[in-house]
Amino acid sequence: MLKVSGIDVFYGDLQVLWDVSFVVRDKEIVVLVGANGAGKSTTLKTISGLLKPRKGSIEFDGVRLDHLAPDRVIGQGVVHVPEARRLFREMSVEENLIMGSLSPEAKKKRYETMDWVYQLFPRMKERRKQPAGTMSGGEQQMCAIGRGLMALPKILMFDEPSLGLSPILVQEVFEIAKRINKEGVTVMLVEQNVRQTLAMCDRAYVLENGRVVLEGTGKDLTNNAHVKEAYLGI
Amino acid sequence: MDVFLQTVVAGVLKGGLYTLIGIGMTLIMGVMGIINLAHGQLMMLAMYVTFVLNTMGVDPYVSLFVAMPLLFLLGVVIQKFLLNPLIKVETILPENQVLMTVGIGMVLTEIARFVFSSDYKYITTDYSNRTFYLGKISFSVALTIAFGIALVFTAAMFWFLLKTDLGRSIRATAQDKDAATLMGVNTGRITVITFGLGSGLVAAAGCLLAPVYYIFPDIGGPFTAKAFIITILGGLGSTVGAIFGGVTLGLAESLGATYLGMEYEDIVGLTIFILVLLFLPGGFKRLTKV
Repeated sequence: MLKVSGIDVFYGDLQVLWDVSFVVRDKEIVVLVGANGAGKSTTLKTISGLLKPRKGSIEFDGVRLDHLAPDRVIGQGVVHVPEARRLFREMSVEENLIMGSLSPEAKKKRYETMDWVYQLFPRMKERRKQPAGTMSGGEQQMCAIGRGLMALPKILMFDEPSLGLSPILVQEVFEIAKRINKEGVTVMLVEQNVRQTLAMCDRAYVLENGRVVLEGTGKDLTNNAHVKEAYLGI
Repeated sequence: MDVFLQTVVAGVLKGGLYTLIGIGMTLIMGVMGIINLAHGQLMMLAMYVTFVLNTMGVDPYVSLFVAMPLLFLLGVVIQKFLLNPLIKVETILPENQVLMTVGIGMVLTEIARFVFSSDYKYITTDYSNRTFYLGKISFSVALTIAFGIALVFTAAMFWFLLKTDLGRSIRATAQDKDAATLMGVNTGRITVITFGLGSGLVAAAGCLLAPVYYIFPDIGGPFTAKAFIITILGGLGSTVGAIFGGVTLGLAESLGATYLGMEYEDIVGLTIFILVLLFLPGGFKRLTKV
């Protein structure tokens, strides 16, 4: 279980997150929705250690993630698929996947996991020798998710996977997230695409101006007056 | 025709050594985003290591195996204790690491002057001046051996960068530092290893150059400039480019020396450098798109 308790996060002197708390239970799909600049990506970056909270704590299965060096977080099974993919552009698809499996356990099963990823994304197998930076946005997103899966995640955190993709591809990416969840991986999604993510998730949190303002099941939030007005345009 | 071929051969052989110098610089450039302006000075140290060992009767090609690990360690220490701490201070721009390398270069030069004086030293081996002939073309034995060893090291370096997890992590860090961190790469450690590797490679070049070159404290500066030119020619941060850059510089100097006169050797290299900056910014990498 991932437990974020009362974190305050700053960029220099600028405070971006205020007392943010939420939990993601095992095998759940939880989404964090909010507008541009609400602090969604900052939240994920703090969980994966790229940023350190000035106050509060982040725990995963009893381990304090905020006390770990950023490169140690992935070893706890907490894997972050970053915003805008952030692939190693000049490396081939296969090398990008290999980069996902550096930890000793993941390395032991590297080629098994790779076969599984190729099964999930047959396109990646066709393109395994191609430099990742030369693929289309959708393919790059698949590669980024594949790279995340190579680490054998317990929880996979997606940062705006629908960014820059066509509606059909967005649908596909969300389907993949559900499939990964069915395989027993906890999924956390950060999205601006509120309507679709609320429909697929177990629970959701709404982030506004760096604060959690609402929480509930996807269904409850879809029917919530504030969410309807602010995000669904009804 | 023979003169031309002879010139090309001499240029390519020298280019092999330049490649070794350039790859080290390129690696550091790629991972840290800075030009290491102490690169030639590190090579100078390796030459003195070779010199000292030679006075004890050790062959320069054997001292390679002493100088490389020594300079690797020195590189590690420099990165860990002198360059990385600069990143942590927010008021200091990361670019100031470059100024730090200038300072390190000066200190190394003056230490060498203090210990060895400004006198030119040279190593004489029985192969220093020996040549062999293929047809009418003469090959310097020392430079040919140097070329062969440089080739082996370059190939080993490529194997390391392409086929090992550590090598991949170095390339990944150069391409996207934050993403590499997310994948579990300790990027601080990678910068330290990279600076060590760069220093070790330029140390190899120093050892290989020692039998055919004078050794003096100020030799570092010109070679830092050469390393810089090679890196720019090849396209900043491109390892394949460093090979092209190294061989091009070697050829240019060699052709310049033959057809314009020995004293114009360096001018040709620098002219090409300026032309590339003006007309092909981004270096040869732009042509190959690798």
